[in-house]
Formats: sequence, C-alpha cells, structure tokens
Amino acid sequence: MTASLTLRAALVSILIFLAFILAWHLAVRGTAAVQQMDPEYAKLMGTTATQGKSAMPGPLDVGAKLWEHARRPFYDNGPNDKGVGIQLAYSIARVGIGYLLAVLVAIPIGFLIGMSPLFSKALDPFIQVLKPISPLAWMPLALYTIKDSGLSAIFVIFICSLWPMLINTAFGVAAVRKEWLNVARTLEVGTLRRAFTIILPAAAPTILTGMRISIGIAWLVIVAAEMLVGGTGIGYFVWNEWNNLSITNVIIAILLIGIVGMLLDLLLARATRLVTFPE
Amino acid sequence: MSAKFISIEGIAKRYGATAIFEDLWLSIPRGGFTCVIGHSGCGKTTVLNILAGLDRPSEGVVIVDAQAIDRPSLDRAVIFQSHALLPWRTVMGNVAYAVSSKWRRHTRAQIHAQAQKFIDLVGLTGAEGKRPAELSGGMKQRVGIARALSIEPKIMLMDEPFSALDALTRGTLQDEVRRICLTTGQTVFMITHDVDEAIYLADRIVLMTNGPGAKLAEIVDNPLPKDRARADIHRHPLYYAVRNHIIDFLVTRSKNFAAEGSAHDPRRVPVVRPGVIENLAGVPGAVQHEVMLHRTGTRFLES
Repeated sequence: MTASLTLRAALVSILIFLAFILAWHLAVRGTAAVQQMDPEYAKLMGTTATQGKSAMPGPLDVGAKLWEHARRPFYDNGPNDKGVGIQLAYSIARVGIGYLLAVLVAIPIGFLIGMSPLFSKALDPFIQVLKPISPLAWMPLALYTIKDSGLSAIFVIFICSLWPMLINTAFGVAAVRKEWLNVARTLEVGTLRRAFTIILPAAAPTILTGMRISIGIAWLVIVAAEMLVGGTGIGYFVWNEWNNLSITNVIIAILLIGIVGMLLDLLLARATRLVTFPE
Repeated sequence: MSAKFISIEGIAKRYGATAIFEDLWLSIPRGGFTCVIGHSGCGKTTVLNILAGLDRPSEGVVIVDAQAIDRPSLDRAVIFQSHALLPWRTVMGNVAYAVSSKWRRHTRAQIHAQAQKFIDLVGLTGAEGKRPAELSGGMKQRVGIARALSIEPKIMLMDEPFSALDALTRGTLQDEVRRICLTTGQTVFMITHDVDEAIYLADRIVLMTNGPGAKLAEIVDNPLPKDRARADIHRHPLYYAVRNHIIDFLVTRSKNFAAEGSAHDPRRVPVVRPGVIENLAGVPGAVQHEVMLHRTGTRFLES
C-alpha cells in the first residue's frame, strides 16, 4: 500500500529541509586560516580571526539564539533591546490598525463604485494614478503632516492595503449576476436589504480575495516602513540587528517575518473559504 | 371573475429604429393559464419582463387588477428559465427569503412554516438543508416554483421554465405545475417553445409572429377538456387538430403572417378553436372524433 500523497509530500519536505540545514552547516564550518597574533589583540578580534570561524552563523547558532528568544519573547530592556515577541506585536498591531481602516474605507467605496456606473467612471482616473504609487513614497508626506512616526507607518499600511480591496470589491459588486438582482427586484427588496442579502454574499468571495492580497502586501510593506520610521517593530529590529552586526538575529527576524506572513495569509484563506459558495 | 384581470394595452418595445414588437393588445382572465409561443427573437421574454415590471415598454401600458404596472411587485412572481436560486442559501433559505420579503413582520417560525408548506407542495420535503449546487436541474426548478408560489402571488410569470431540463423531468414538473395551478386557481402567463407543453398546460395559447415587428397573430382557445391527462391527451379527437394548427403557424405562417393579407386588428386578436365544429357542440367526443377524422381525410365515415 502506498502512503497518502500528503504523507509522502511531508516526507520529501522534511528531507529537503534537512539537506538544506546540512548544506548550510557544512558551508559555514571554519575554513579560514588561523592567524598568529598577540593574545591581547586576539581578544579584540573575536573568533572569526582567532579560530578561523566563518562570519556567517550556522544553523546551530541560529537554533540556539532562537531558543533564547523563544524563552524570553517579551523582555524589555529599554528602546534598543526588546524581545522579538514585543517587536512582532508592534508590527502586527500596526498592520492590523492600518488594514482595518482600509477595510472600512475600501469596502463602502468599492460598493459605491460597483453599484454606480457614474462613480465608477468618475473615480477611475484617481484610482489608476494612485494605485501604482509605492506606499513608501507617501512616507515623507505622512511624516510631515501627521508628525508622528508610528501613525505614519499605520498610514502607509492603510494606503497600500486600500487598492486591492477597493478594486476587488468594486469588481465583485459590479459582477453580481443580473438574475439574482432581478430576484430581489421581483421580491420588492429594498436597497439596503439588497446590498446586504444579495450583493454582499454574492461579491464576498471576490472581496475576500482582495483582502487576502491586501494583507500580504501590508505585511511586505510594514518591514520596510519600520526600517524607515524606527523605534519599534520587526522591521526596526532587522535594521537594528544589522547595525549590531548580529547576523544570527537578522536571520531569525527573516524567519519570523515569513512565518507571521504565512499565518496571516492562512487566516484570510480560511475566511475566504467560509464565504465561498459552490455554483 | 373579471375577463380583464391582466390587460396588455398597446405595448411596444423599440431599440433605436427597430421595433421588436408594436401595438400588442391582450387580455387575460383571472385563473387562466396562458401560454405564448413564437420563435426566438420575437420578443416573448420582453413581454414577460414587462409584465413582471423588470422592463418597461417604449409605449403602452399593462394593467393588472385595475392598476398600471410601473415596477416589479410581490403580486407577480417570476419563475426564471435559469432558476436564479441564490447559491449561498439552502433550499429553505431561498424560499424563506421570498416569504420574509413578502411578510416582513412575520416571526421566524411563521416564515419557516410558510416556506415548508411550499417545499412540501413541490415534493422537496427532506431537501430543505441542501444548497442549490447539491440539487439536480429538476430539483432546482422545483425550488424556483416553490419560491414563486410561497409569496402567494396573483400571477405567476414563467419564462421557459422547463426548457433546460431533460424530457422525463420536464414531464414530471409539467404534471406538478398543472396539478398546483388547477388546485390553487393560479393565473399563469408562460412562455414556451414546446407545442405539446403548451397544449397540455394552457387554456389559451397565444401565437406570436416573428420579429422584428412581431404581432400577436391568433389566440388558440384550447378545446381539450380541463381534466386532460398526460397519458391519453394525444388520443383526444381534437389533439392533433390543435397541434397541427400551432405547428403550421410556427413553420410557415409565423414568417408570412403579414403577407396573408387578412385585415388584422391588433386590438381584436382572433380567437380560434381548431378542429371544433361549431354545430356539433354537445355531440359526444367519440362522434366528434369520427367526424374530424373524416374531415381531415384520414378515414371515411362508415354508414
């Protein structure tokens, strides 16, 4: 009997992972020649020079450091030394607030555009111009007007989450089948009830797809935004650890960004499945 | 019983310079089952949509129960060709949606009971929790019928409701619709392509000529008895007379109607009763049968 596809795929995944770890481990073994030097000088130089250790941390170093972080994720030793848990929480909070604000703006305006051909045509040039602007290009303007780096980061998240949701909502609402709208008309369903009982459920899968694209983009942008505004957040953590030359922490941060991004996407994928209907 | 429950008065539909149809007049009595038959593109569906209030005529009015139609109404239920069920709602949800639209102040239990009554009526008991995607084409159309009936409309408008179904399912559903309409005395306006369906279901069959510029050519007053049954309808002495009349119309006369040269008054569409011999009214059907076969040349009367 052959094992199920899922099981075999999991096995192959584990093998690939182990092969990668092994290759990484072998690649960063100490290979450089050990230099002879004054012991006092050697103290200043660190293990890279004295023992020929690679400057790149190996998987064991990263694992050990990760374990250290996992044991104390929320410590706070002042502005430049906070646990990764705190940093991630700051980032997630910023993404959450900016994203929710974008939902509150994009879905009603998307409905308006989808339901009214007039507004669809009238707002189209604005959307076409604003959409391709890199969200970070807004940063100086945001800092200048809002005068608060934290709020500016939230604004940047808001502006980058807005477009996919807005466009998908408008598209989903405009594409609701005529026959379903005719059902509502023959049943004398009012505008508001029609919006909530016919258009919203019919457009929900498209809207949720837009929301899923948005959360992905928001998580991409928050790292860059926090590198710029500084202070807190996982993006700031990456840059701070780069300045500390702690490559181990940089690698850990990269890993954590990936995992959180995956979880956010998974969450929206679940929600999409909830509102999808088979035809 | 009002002879003019529905009154179509001089309606026209034009797109730019082309008129799909013009100056249509038709009145339909309460409790009647009227079928419209005609080729594609003659504007049958447009007439139905105007009756539903989903479309507006370029000219003329439709009066239902002494009120001019200007928008859709819960008094006129539509059964769509594509069934148009809401796929995210269950069978119960679809019917209950219609019920709650009609009786907005009803409690949940009242809505549920009303919906259940009509789900039972169309024979879907036990399938209440299913979604449209889990149903066969025939079952979906049953839900459509239950939804239309559940709001207890004055008129049912059906746009080729069975054309997407296989022959067997179509037959069963026709039986159901006939049974329901006879017991409830529902006024029905139906569009069809199917001559046999029209003869089986309708009291009156309206023949429409080809568009553009379509006209109502004739109204065939179905001479078959009210208690006709699917099993032996084709044995009725007048069945083929009606059928041939309609098929002749569809094959040739629908194209050449304008050239027939008869003085056609759109306000007084002629009513015909194919095969019925006026001075034989009251003579038993079997005798009429013989007379008709004789007249059509299929058999000579034996003396």
